[in-house]
Amino acid sequence: MSLLKVRFNRWSHLFLPLSVLVILLLINLIKGVDYFKITMVNGVFYGNIPNILFGAAELVILSIGMTLVTAAACGQDISIGESGAISSAIFVQYVLNAGEVTIWTILAGFLLSCVAGMLIGAFNGTLVSYFNVQPMVATLILFLGGRSIAFIIDGKVSPILANPISNQIGTFIPGVPIQTPIILTVVFIVLVAVVLKTTNLRLYVEAVGVNPSAARLNGINPKKIIFLTFLIMGVCSAVAGFLAVNKAGRHDSVNLLKFIMMDAILAVALGGNSLAGGKFSITGSIIGAYTIEVLNRTLLRLEVNPEAIKAFKAVFIIILMVIASPVVRAFARKLLDKAKTIVTGDSVRQTGALDEAVVSMTDSSGKEE
Amino acid sequence: MGPLNRSQTKARLSNSTLLFIIAGIIFLLMYGIALISFPVSFRQFQTFFDFFNLNAALFIVTLGMCIVMIGGGIDISVGAVCGLVTMACAMLLQSGTGNVWGALFLALGIGLAFGLMHGFLIAYLEIQPFIITLAGMFLAQGLLTTLHKEPLNVTIPAFVALRRFTIEIPWLGTVNRLGVFIPCEIKPSVFVVVVLVVIYAVMMKWSRFGRNLYAVGGNRQSARMLGINVKKTIFLSYVLCGLTAGISGFVFLMTTGAGNIGNGSLYEIKAIAANVMGGIMLNGGVGNLLGAPIGTLTLLTINELIRAAGVQSNLQAIVSGLLLYLFIVLQSIVMSLRDRRKFRLALPPWLRRFREHDQEEAAN
Repeated sequence: MSLLKVRFNRWSHLFLPLSVLVILLLINLIKGVDYFKITMVNGVFYGNIPNILFGAAELVILSIGMTLVTAAACGQDISIGESGAISSAIFVQYVLNAGEVTIWTILAGFLLSCVAGMLIGAFNGTLVSYFNVQPMVATLILFLGGRSIAFIIDGKVSPILANPISNQIGTFIPGVPIQTPIILTVVFIVLVAVVLKTTNLRLYVEAVGVNPSAARLNGINPKKIIFLTFLIMGVCSAVAGFLAVNKAGRHDSVNLLKFIMMDAILAVALGGNSLAGGKFSITGSIIGAYTIEVLNRTLLRLEVNPEAIKAFKAVFIIILMVIASPVVRAFARKLLDKAKTIVTGDSVRQTGALDEAVVSMTDSSGKEE
Repeated sequence: MGPLNRSQTKARLSNSTLLFIIAGIIFLLMYGIALISFPVSFRQFQTFFDFFNLNAALFIVTLGMCIVMIGGGIDISVGAVCGLVTMACAMLLQSGTGNVWGALFLALGIGLAFGLMHGFLIAYLEIQPFIITLAGMFLAQGLLTTLHKEPLNVTIPAFVALRRFTIEIPWLGTVNRLGVFIPCEIKPSVFVVVVLVVIYAVMMKWSRFGRNLYAVGGNRQSARMLGINVKKTIFLSYVLCGLTAGISGFVFLMTTGAGNIGNGSLYEIKAIAANVMGGIMLNGGVGNLLGAPIGTLTLLTINELIRAAGVQSNLQAIVSGLLLYLFIVLQSIVMSLRDRRKFRLALPPWLRRFREHDQEEAAN
């Protein structure tokens, strides 16, 4: 029993994103029972689930980076779409100028774009960590100017990426039944998981996010850690830009990954992470990102008027955040305990819950200073 | 009291004042550069007035954002609310059932509704402001596209008269090439801006709410210890911001005369940038409300300067980003030097006398 409780506590932060996802899937099932149907076309799986996994690929990758930045820097990076546009522009230029396109040119171009993404991350990270600028203000600079830089790198046109290999990266490889972006997303997630399991990154990032001066007294350099998270964010945006440009088949510097930072921040919040930094859960963010994609597709499936989609999305987000808000959660827990005491006459859990509520409240209010 | 006061004469400038002075210097510098490089256009008073005439809505949005930022929050829905108000008012006026006053009340009502929603959810339910105002932005945009998609011109005579109404200043003006004297023109929306700036500045400086807001923005926990009603203060700040966004929508309609989907787009980003240039920090608790109009003026001067210099259109965004970068770095360097106490700015002697006088009054 106690083991079960411990296990539940360990995964309790995933309760919010998972419950939302389940509610959305239920709505979809009520709308039509064939929601989970998967068909095979040309040897590749198609259907609602593969489409969601395919569509959310960039968002998932960006939300991973955003989670780290949010946790360490206690603020958000709003230039991720722009930095993805710039790094993918460099990738496209490299591939187009390389002449014959082989898997190695694609790989070299990808690495080059990763370096570009890291440079952008270093620019933002320097401002945030060494100049003590708030992350949102620091990344505002690239948000304003980034698309123009991508436009100039593109040579003021939107170049078309027409070669078989990038086509295969964007859609599917013959013989493999799963679309390539899904495979690449999974590979990326596994890489991040391995890094977090084998290194101290999670501990350091959380320590810096909770209290930078305490982290410094414990021998962690908060500036370095914040800088590092921005570097990782740069790599994430480069990967997302690479996927997006291969999916689209052409580089449109104005519309590539436009306003994706809003969705990425939303994914982080939906995943149960505090936007004021501190402890983080990447699993939650990933589920949150998929939830947003499911939500977008659900609204389309329910045949909501396309003009009103944004309003419906807003109402949904507000309801969700109200349910998940600390005040409502504490209230619900109190109600639950009251019901429990009436039923069993056992008041042990009530005091524990109260303590927990107090701790969580002081946590949330203490963080925002 | 004399000796005691003398020991306090070296009172350090507060962070707010220091940042405000930097903002003012930057604005004067930018306008000076503009005057030197393009004397013909910038020396006309009309150019300066046109900043206000054409961008009154941006000034007002920045004021609302400034209040929220001083309280340590953020409201990114202001631009979308502004756009929604323009469209709603335009539809009301065009439907023939409403008059100008009705439109004004509609604008205030929409702004107030958004402000109340944001304030309640953020202050009393403790949800993160970014997410709630993001949802508010989506809601306003969705409602805007649901209301009407095509641009809607307001042709009702009473409103057109209000829009065309200008105030001429006969003793300021320029002589054009033909030798005809053209007096400077001011739109009524400029007065809205000035009145709002005065009201808000007085409120932030001397009212209980304003002082509470600085305390809450600086440190929520200690504000609570001091007995300030933190939740109410934050709630009021968002209500004010929403109301201001509503007013800005009406002023926007007074400037352009048409409801359009693109109205007020990216105003939230511009407002944040203007506030940062005006020395108001996103962390909260620091900043002078007068910095908001100063920052907006700086932003507009830079844009005008870039346009006058004939920078290629796709380079304009990069140049303004670079200038923003310079300001942010400058601000941060000054602040860090100050933290290390290497940089002290004592009040000049002629100002110190006033300060002493103030303190004597305060002591009495």
